Amino acid sequence: MSTTEVLVKELVEKNGKTRNSLMPVLQGIVHNEHFLSEEALLCVARELDLSAADVYGTASFYTFLDTVPRGKNIVRVCKTITCHMKGKDEIIKALGNALKIKVGETTNDKKFTLLTANCLGWCHKGPVMLVNDDIYPDLTTQKALEIIEEYAKDVK
Amino acid sequence: MSKYLVNLKINNMPIAVEEGTTILEAAKKLNFRIPTLCNHPDLTVAGNCRVCVVEVKGARLLAAACATPVSEGMEVLTNSEKVRIARKHIVELLLAEHNADCTKCFKNGHCELQDLSGEYRIGDHVFLDLVKPASKIQDISSPSIVKDDSKCIRCQRCVRTCTELQGVSALGVVNKGDHQRISTFLNKPLHEVVCTNCGQCINRCPTGALTERNYIEEVWNALYNPAKFVVVQTAPATRIALGEDLGIQVGERVTGKMVSALKKLGFNKVLDTDFTADLTIMEEGTELLTRLKKALVDKDEKVVLPMMTSCSPGWIKFQEHMYPELLDNLSTCKSPQQMFGAIAKTYYADKINIKAQDMIVVSIMPCVAKKFECERPEMRDSGYQDVDYVLTTRELAMMIKQAGIDFDKLEDDHYDSILGESTGAAVIFGATGGVMEAALRTAYEIVTGREVPFTNLNIKPVRGMEGIKEASIKIKSVKPEWSFLEGVELNVAIAHGLANARKLMEKVKSGEASYHFIEIMGCPGGCLGGGGQPIPTSPEIRKKRAEAIYSEDTEMVLRKSHENPEVAEIYREFLGEPLGHKSHDLLHTHYKARKRY
Amino acid sequence: MENNLKKVDIIFEIDEKQSPLAILEKTVKRPADEIILDLIDSGLKGRGGAGFPTGLKWKFTRNEDNEVKYVICNADEGEPGTFKDREIIDRVPEKIFAGMAICGFVIGAKEGYIYLRGEYNFLLKNLQKKLDEFNAGMKKAGIEFTIYIKSGSGAYVCGEESALFESMEGKRGEPRNKPPYPTVAGYNSKPTVINNVETLVYTTMICHMGPERFKALGTKDSRGSKVFSVSGDTPISGIYELELGMPLNEFVDGFGDGDTKAVQVGGASGHCVPRKKFNDTIIGFEGIPTGGSMMIFNSTRSMYNVLHDYLEFFTEESCGQCTPCRVGCQQLLKGIEAVKRGERPPAYLDDLKKLTATMKIAAKCGLGQSVGNPFNSIIDNFREEIIY
Repeated sequence: MSTTEVLVKELVEKNGKTRNSLMPVLQGIVHNEHFLSEEALLCVARELDLSAADVYGTASFYTFLDTVPRGKNIVRVCKTITCHMKGKDEIIKALGNALKIKVGETTNDKKFTLLTANCLGWCHKGPVMLVNDDIYPDLTTQKALEIIEEYAKDVK
Repeated sequence: MSKYLVNLKINNMPIAVEEGTTILEAAKKLNFRIPTLCNHPDLTVAGNCRVCVVEVKGARLLAAACATPVSEGMEVLTNSEKVRIARKHIVELLLAEHNADCTKCFKNGHCELQDLSGEYRIGDHVFLDLVKPASKIQDISSPSIVKDDSKCIRCQRCVRTCTELQGVSALGVVNKGDHQRISTFLNKPLHEVVCTNCGQCINRCPTGALTERNYIEEVWNALYNPAKFVVVQTAPATRIALGEDLGIQVGERVTGKMVSALKKLGFNKVLDTDFTADLTIMEEGTELLTRLKKALVDKDEKVVLPMMTSCSPGWIKFQEHMYPELLDNLSTCKSPQQMFGAIAKTYYADKINIKAQDMIVVSIMPCVAKKFECERPEMRDSGYQDVDYVLTTRELAMMIKQAGIDFDKLEDDHYDSILGESTGAAVIFGATGGVMEAALRTAYEIVTGREVPFTNLNIKPVRGMEGIKEASIKIKSVKPEWSFLEGVELNVAIAHGLANARKLMEKVKSGEASYHFIEIMGCPGGCLGGGGQPIPTSPEIRKKRAEAIYSEDTEMVLRKSHENPEVAEIYREFLGEPLGHKSHDLLHTHYKARKRY
Repeated sequence: MENNLKKVDIIFEIDEKQSPLAILEKTVKRPADEIILDLIDSGLKGRGGAGFPTGLKWKFTRNEDNEVKYVICNADEGEPGTFKDREIIDRVPEKIFAGMAICGFVIGAKEGYIYLRGEYNFLLKNLQKKLDEFNAGMKKAGIEFTIYIKSGSGAYVCGEESALFESMEGKRGEPRNKPPYPTVAGYNSKPTVINNVETLVYTTMICHMGPERFKALGTKDSRGSKVFSVSGDTPISGIYELELGMPLNEFVDGFGDGDTKAVQVGGASGHCVPRKKFNDTIIGFEGIPTGGSMMIFNSTRSMYNVLHDYLEFFTEESCGQCTPCRVGCQQLLKGIEAVKRGERPPAYLDDLKKLTATMKIAAKCGLGQSVGNPFNSIIDNFREEIIY
């Protein structure tokens, strides 16, 4: 059994073999593997007895359930209004330059994916970004770069 | 549970309807038509297109008539100013997303959006064109179905068809917002996913987003080619539905006119799949009796029961994907279409002195899965592709129109001989339960020497539109050679529509029920509701088509497959006996397991 | 803040003498109907934005005859400009739990779920810890109610209650047709109370302090206080609990930077109020209701950009199932772009305004129905900024 299969079986075991478990199972896979591979989606379909198209259709609805390969660290910069007003463009530009990628892309070493996100709920402390599940408010370009630096060193 | 009556007014007209009735249904009773797109009589309510919005007095929002139950004292307006403006906006919005290249569309003239647009006189586009260039790339990977996203209006009728009616879920809704679309697992081509090619989605697509892969031009080219001898076969269910696309009312049989039209189109011989339907009964009936003997007498553990029919190629592909562990239960008989092709390019070609390579076999089918079936690599037992082109009932109607034939005025004509003779047992292949009935008419008689014990040979318990039907027949006073069947209660089951097939398969797998013989048709109602039949479809339409089929049966001189003289002749001259060596080579096939996910 | 805005401290107030669990224990000793009457009497309306009377919602669900019912806390705070629930979850989660359990007691539910948006996953660890303690506390006290957490995965529309149920059931977050309403058929098609985070805390506090203190605040139509999320061009952005029914000019005096041009009340799906209307705009159900988002824009901001951001947001976050919303949002977004570029005449904005009227009454859920709020209020008040 591949590691993905083992993971899916574990997640299904933990959450229950019902449709209602689909979200936590998919979330668990993304948490471990950073995205939902074809193998993972098929595995979930099999374990929960759902059609593959159905599983994919559900996954593709949710922004955080990526079905394309992502880096180890997913950086999501909030792009909604207040963060826009407070300078998200500069943050994105600085991160893009530092990582040598554009929004939507993943670095060659698969360490980082740079994305934007809709309102992250920190409008009073924008600009803000999520790196994986961690939140970083009150960003400046320098702060953003330092944070990325930390992740690059695998400190975090 | 008795239902309460609810009083309401629609456009100021009072009406009382049962509790739970929708506004749409109530309005229909008062003869107010409310336009719909996502709504379909075969499917659950979605309420997503919003075309059916109506005004309910006192409510802040318009209500989707299809999804809103009536309530006491409700006052509904179906054509108020608010409603009209909203409805027109909604049609305009749909058109903005729709590749409205209507004149070049395969569904031109048969499109619900086009009709609605015409009704509301949508002129110049008010709104911006949102059709994504990438969506214009059609998925033509499937030999049966063409998917064109640029025509899709996201009503999800196809998705509900694929899921609810067929239990396949090859199609689903993916992404959200402006990226939302109807697609497959990881957006793979249709040919690579679990699609059974049943084409039920086509029957319910209101626009040209899902259509059959059409082979009209290829068939015309064959007809115009003097070097080719083109024979055509017509499936049982085509003759009771073709008229619907040619201005004739639902439920009217047009067998003679269809034959006449085909001759006028220039086919060299007009032959009948019904002939091979009778042949199928001989082979399949014998196979069943053989299996029963092996299982009951020889206790042969390799022989599995229940035996399941194999006429429906959508069902076959379904089984290959979903229940590969039950492939041995399938009869090895090819479908009547493929038996016909194999016979036509061997026995028949010899008989009429035509080289197989010069012969083109065209099928007129109520089915789009047949287009896939004829391309299966197993279906080349004549040494050539046994059936060259499959046209749906709809495509034939188009050809008849193209040829300028006034269908309604045609005189009836007869099928050519040989391979044109058939029985009532063959005709009923077109309705759910029909193969079962035909098989029982023959098998019972072979075993007992008597006709089946049902008035006028009409085996009523296996007829009708119930999703799963079960019946048993006690076999008594058998002929000596069938003594092992004496007193046996033959249990049979019938399912139509693949969601029902799935339920039945689960019962079989769990051992909850023990059947000897199962008939499955991939489409609701059987072939008469096939994916290649005239659009629209509904339970009501399918009921009328079924009535037509059974009356065709009743009027036939011969009603039992084994009485077909041409069938007797082919066994005498060519095949030898059912399940014989030649039959094995030409009329039987095998199946392959496919990916479940 | 130097003005007469009335700051309140109910939500975050910590009573050393009585924990939320103690409030719960005390409350479940009372007859359920009495609790409902208190809630109705208090005038508490849902704090998520829609403003349905909480007491009635509980009453309807209590009246449903069903073995299985659910209480759900809607913590899918996704409205741009709103961030108060996150703070509440972080600081006083026990008050939320208590509110859910009181509701469970009142309606006859044994299970509660908190649907926490995926963007707030960082809160999970602490929240789960506190929840485990609370669940254990309830068990010890003999209260038959258990709360679980479910996470979202980034979909604004899941804040719509029926979409949230769909998501919890492992499906695409597509809103359902109504009726049936959640009180009849919600999560797993069972009778369900779904309340916003803040609402549940208020129910706990009303049970704690009685309806009088709450009722004394606010106006006839907008009883009580509410937590506001203040952001944008303000020197003091943050979270403030204020009495409802305040005039907007007082709010701007207190929070603006002296150059306030407009305030977006109620988040992206709310209304944009220009300076000239500050004096006669009341923040409350009689004026402009809000889930608490107050975004302040000063004169350096382009209202085109503001509207563009909103429309882009809705275009992406529409579930996509219904025509008015899926296509309408795209038309509005591309439409103002076309006007800006001069590809459509300014009068095209009026065609789009008519379209929003259709979206408002014909879209399937609140998302599509409310896109016209920001659109019309910005077009009407800042038309030149959109065109030129």
